[in-house]
Amino acid sequence: MPEIKPPGDGDDSGGVQIDLISGERMEGLASMEKIRLILDGVHDGNIVILEEGLSPDEESRLIEVTMSEINPDEFEGIEIETYPKNDSGSKGLFARLTRSSSPKKLTVIGPANRLETLHKDETLIQTLVS
Amino acid sequence: MGLLTGLRSSIARAVSSVFADDEPRRIGIYGPPNAGKTTLANRIVRDWTEHGDAVGPESHVPHETRRARRKENVEIERDGRTVTIDVVDTPGVTTKVDYTEFLEHDMEKEDAVRRSREATEGVAEAMHWLREDVDGVIYVLDAAQDPFTQVNTMLIGIIESQDLPVLILANKIDLEEASVQRIRNAYPQHDTVKVSALEGNNMNEVYDKIAEYFG
Repeated sequence: MPEIKPPGDGDDSGGVQIDLISGERMEGLASMEKIRLILDGVHDGNIVILEEGLSPDEESRLIEVTMSEINPDEFEGIEIETYPKNDSGSKGLFARLTRSSSPKKLTVIGPANRLETLHKDETLIQTLVS
Repeated sequence: MGLLTGLRSSIARAVSSVFADDEPRRIGIYGPPNAGKTTLANRIVRDWTEHGDAVGPESHVPHETRRARRKENVEIERDGRTVTIDVVDTPGVTTKVDYTEFLEHDMEKEDAVRRSREATEGVAEAMHWLREDVDGVIYVLDAAQDPFTQVNTMLIGIIESQDLPVLILANKIDLEEASVQRIRNAYPQHDTVKVSALEGNNMNEVYDKIAEYFG
């Protein structure tokens, strides 16, 4: 499995580092490891793109951990975008019973002061990276 | 009220109280900042409690509510039966807090920084309540704003994943630019009830739905 390039060099050239993290890489990680991987990248100013997103519980914990790390003048939080989930009403009984919701939804996460959402609907996410 | 109607109503109340759970259900009022959650909580509590104390202060400044506040044993009467709930007013959920936003509301930097710290703790607290301590959710949206935000999408997904009953309220219908249909289109899998918590418009339907969903 290829290693993700260590963050930090992107700023030197004025560019933005983008970490594209595959579902396969995330699959082997515990929830807190996933959150740490995301937030470490975001703290370094990177844009993190998850191929398969997070589960609702992991999203909840991501918000909670993000809040605990916000620091005035240093880190104001994250901007995160996924496509809206619109299939919950039609989810099968087995999936609902086992709560085996498939979170496979492309997710973009970045520092709130660098990533701005321009437009979002069910099929399109437009963001501005500064 | 006729004798028969009164008798029927009394029996319904008695049956309801016998079969009701011992513990009132904790209903969390969730939503993004400035959606009108505290205004709604205050409206419900003032309508159904004897003293009608406010749950918390209302403000146009974001993150006025920075601690979850619970008002216990709010008894809502509908069609002769009583539904008892604990109303939990929660801080508005967000993924970012920039203290400089508060400076625009005539706040000194020190106060703005303190408010932002308290706001982040409040959001974390709200998420914890959602995972551990609520039995149902009233999700409040400002009908004049775009409902397709990431916070709304994530929170409704989190609520659904926990199989909690959820009622969406399209608040602030007193505003000219309000659109209830836009919210219905965004979350068609849930009932959306229009309301103005500030003006008290359509609260009867809200109470009917609370009794139906959380009774």
